Amino acid sequence: MPAFDEMTGTEGSVRPAYTELSGWLGEVPPDVLDYRRREAEVLFRRIGITFAVYGEADSTERLIPFDVIPRILAGSEWRLLKRGLEQRVKAINLYIKDVYGRRDILRAGIVPEDLVFQNPVFRPEMNGQKVPHDVYVHIAGVDIVRVDADTFYVLEDNARTPSGVSYMLENREIMLRLFPELFSRHRIAPVDNYPDELLATLRSVAPDSSTSEPNVVLLTPGVYNSAYYEHSFLADKLGIELVEGRDLFIKDEIVYMRTTQGPKRVDVIYRRLDDDFIDPLAFRPDSALGVPGLMSSYQAGNVTLANAVGTGIADDKAVYSYMPEIVKFFLGEEPILKNVPTWRCREEEHLAYVLDNLEQLVVKEVHGSGGYGMLIGPSADKATISEFRAKLKAAPKNFIAQPTLALSTCPTCVESGIAPRHVDLRPFVLSGRDEVRIVPGGLTRVAMKQGSLVVNSSQGGGTKDTWVLDD
Amino acid sequence: MLSRTADNLYWLARYVERAEYLARILEATQRLASVPIPIAGGTNEWESAVATAGCENAFFEVYEEANEETVTEFLAFSPDNPSSIRSCFEVARTNARAVRTALTVEMWDAINGTWLELKRYGNGPTSREEFSRFLRWVQESSLLFDGSAYRTMLRSDSYWFTRLGVFLERADNTARILDVKYHLLLPEAEHVGGPLDYFQWAAILRSVSALTSYHWVYRESVKPWLVADLLILKEEMPRSLANCYENIVTNLDKMAGSYGRQGPAQRLARGVRTRLQNSRMDEIFQRGLHEFIQEFIADNNRIGGIITQQYLA
Repeated sequence: MPAFDEMTGTEGSVRPAYTELSGWLGEVPPDVLDYRRREAEVLFRRIGITFAVYGEADSTERLIPFDVIPRILAGSEWRLLKRGLEQRVKAINLYIKDVYGRRDILRAGIVPEDLVFQNPVFRPEMNGQKVPHDVYVHIAGVDIVRVDADTFYVLEDNARTPSGVSYMLENREIMLRLFPELFSRHRIAPVDNYPDELLATLRSVAPDSSTSEPNVVLLTPGVYNSAYYEHSFLADKLGIELVEGRDLFIKDEIVYMRTTQGPKRVDVIYRRLDDDFIDPLAFRPDSALGVPGLMSSYQAGNVTLANAVGTGIADDKAVYSYMPEIVKFFLGEEPILKNVPTWRCREEEHLAYVLDNLEQLVVKEVHGSGGYGMLIGPSADKATISEFRAKLKAAPKNFIAQPTLALSTCPTCVESGIAPRHVDLRPFVLSGRDEVRIVPGGLTRVAMKQGSLVVNSSQGGGTKDTWVLDD
Repeated sequence: MLSRTADNLYWLARYVERAEYLARILEATQRLASVPIPIAGGTNEWESAVATAGCENAFFEVYEEANEETVTEFLAFSPDNPSSIRSCFEVARTNARAVRTALTVEMWDAINGTWLELKRYGNGPTSREEFSRFLRWVQESSLLFDGSAYRTMLRSDSYWFTRLGVFLERADNTARILDVKYHLLLPEAEHVGGPLDYFQWAAILRSVSALTSYHWVYRESVKPWLVADLLILKEEMPRSLANCYENIVTNLDKMAGSYGRQGPAQRLARGVRTRLQNSRMDEIFQRGLHEFIQEFIADNNRIGGIITQQYLA
C-alpha cells in the first residue's frame, strides 16, 4: 500500500489544505520552478547557511538541500498537534523534576530505576538541585511523523540542544522572496516571531537574583561545530552575545563575560553545548569548550542554563517508550500524541519478538542520534541483519525496535520532476516561567532519495518550508 | 561588546592590511630585481624583501637562499609561514566567520569571496604574468574589504577596532620598510651610494603606493631625505607614520568617549603622535634615523599590547 500523501491522501484526490498549491503546481511551467529552485540555492549560499557533517573530510561547510514545494498543515491539524505538544512537554518537565527530586515515578514502578540511574545521561549532580522556576526543558524539538489522515506519532523527543530552527526561519524568508504569488493565495500563520518568543522565554527564567534586565547569552562550542551557523544566526536575531567558553569566567560563583568595557554579569545561558562539555571541573576534564566552575555557579542558583543539565534523561530512546505512562502519571490525562509502538529489547518477550522479526523492524540504539547506528530491516541485506542480531543479543538493553512506519509523503522537486518523498516534522516548543509558546509550524525534513525514510540532514535529508493555514 | 569579538575584528583588519603590504613588497621587489644588476647595485633584493616583511629568521630556518622562487613561495603561498599572504587571508576569513554577525554583509562577501578565490590560485603561480595578476588581485581584495568596512559599518566600537587594526598594522609596515632601507635614505652629505640608488628610492615609494604623491607634495625629483620625510612626518600621506598615529589617536579617543573612560592606550598613543608632530627631519637625522625608527617600532608594538590588555583580553 502506498504511503499517505500530504497532498493527495491515499485516495488520490487533493486534500482541502492543498487545493491552491495543487492548482498552482499544475499551472507553473517546469522551467520556472527549476529556475526558482536554483535561485533558492544561490540565496542559501550567499546567506551562508551551511551545515557540517561529521566524518566527511573537506566538507565542513555544506548546504542542506532545500525543496521549494511547501508542506501544508490545516489549522485543525495544527491545533491538535499544538495541544499534544504542550501536554507532552509539560509532562517532560514534571518528570525531570521528579527524577532529580522526589522520584515518585520510580517508586511507583512506572519507569524502571536502572533505566534512570544506570543511564549515562543521568546527572547525579542534579539530585535535589532546584532549577529556576522549575523549568528544565526550555526549548524542545519534538519529531513527529504522520501515517494517515488522523494519526500523528511522536518519533523522538529532543530535550537537550535541539537544532534546526534557523532553517524553519530561513526557509520561510526564502519562500516569501521566491513565491510571493503563492503566499497571496493562502493565509499562512507567520513564524518570524520565533526569536521574540525565544527571548521572552529565556528572560522569564532568569534567576530571582538577577536585575530586571537579565543578560542572556548564547553559548556555542565555536565555529567548528556543525550547527555554528544556527548559533550565530539566533544570537543575531535575538540581539544577544554569542559567547564561547573562553569568553566567560566565574568569580565568587557568579558568571561574567569578558567585554571591551570589563566584566559583565551573565544571568541566562542558552547553551548549545552538551552537558559533558560545559564545565571541565564537573564533567569531562578535557573539555576546552566549557567554563570552569559553571556548575558551581549554577548550583548556587546564580545563573540559569537553558536547557537544564541532565535533561537527557527525558529524551533517551529507552525512556521514550514510557512517555505515554509518564504523561498519564503526572497529568492524569490520556496522551494526545501517540508514541510509535515500541519494543523494549531489555524485556525478554519483546526481545524474542524483535529477533524473530528483524526484517520488518527498525532497530535503534537507545543512546544514538542523528540516524547513526540504526537498522532499517526491510532495506538491509542479510549480512547487516545478522550483524545486528549479534549486537542485539550481546546487549539487548541498548536497543529498542519499532515497526517500519509508512511515513507520509509530500510532493518534492527531484531530478525527474515532482515526486512524493517521505517527510517528518520538528516543531519547537518553548517553556518559560509563565507559559508554553509554540510558533505554528516547525521544520519539515524530507528524505530526498526515493523510498528512503531517513530524513536526517547528516544522512542527506533536505528541508521544506512548513505552512500552517490560518483557517 | 565581547572582548573576543573586538579582538577578532581588530586582527581581521590587521591581516587583510598585512596581505596587501606583502603584495606591495613583492611587486616592488619583482620590479627592482628586473633592473640590470650594475644599475640596481649588487644587493640581494629578495633577501631585503624577506627582511622588510619581518620574517627573516623564520625564512632562513626553511631555506638556504633568498631568491625569487623561495621568497615568492614563502611570502605569498606558504601555509607554514603564518604571515604569508595565503595565511593572512585564511586567518582573516576564520576571524570573520567567528564574528559573522558583527560584520556587514558587504564585508563578509568581500572576505569570503577573497577566500574562495584564493583557492583558485592553488599552490602558486605558473608564470610571472600570473603572479603579477595575483599580486594585483591581493591589493584589490584588500581595497574591497577596507572600502566595505568604511562605507557600510556602523560608527561604533566595532568600527573603531577595525580601524585600529588597520592603522597599527600600517604603521608597523611603513616603519619596517624604513628600518630595512634606512641606509638609503640618509641626507646627501652622509650618503654613500650613487645616483643609481634612484631605483631603490622609487621602489620604496612604490611599496607604499606613494610615488605619485611624492611628486605632488615636493614637486622635485626623488631625494632620499624627502622620501623619509614623506613616510615619517607628512600627515597628508596616508601611509606615513604621522598619518597612522593621527588615526590611531582619533579612533582611541572615540572609544574612550563612548565608554566614558580614558586608559593607558590613549595616553601612549597621544605621546607618539605628539613626538611625530614636534619632530623635524633634520633633527631626526641628527639623532639617528635608524634609532628613531627602531624606537617607533617598539612603541607601536607596545601600544598594540596595551590595546589588547585594555580592551581585547
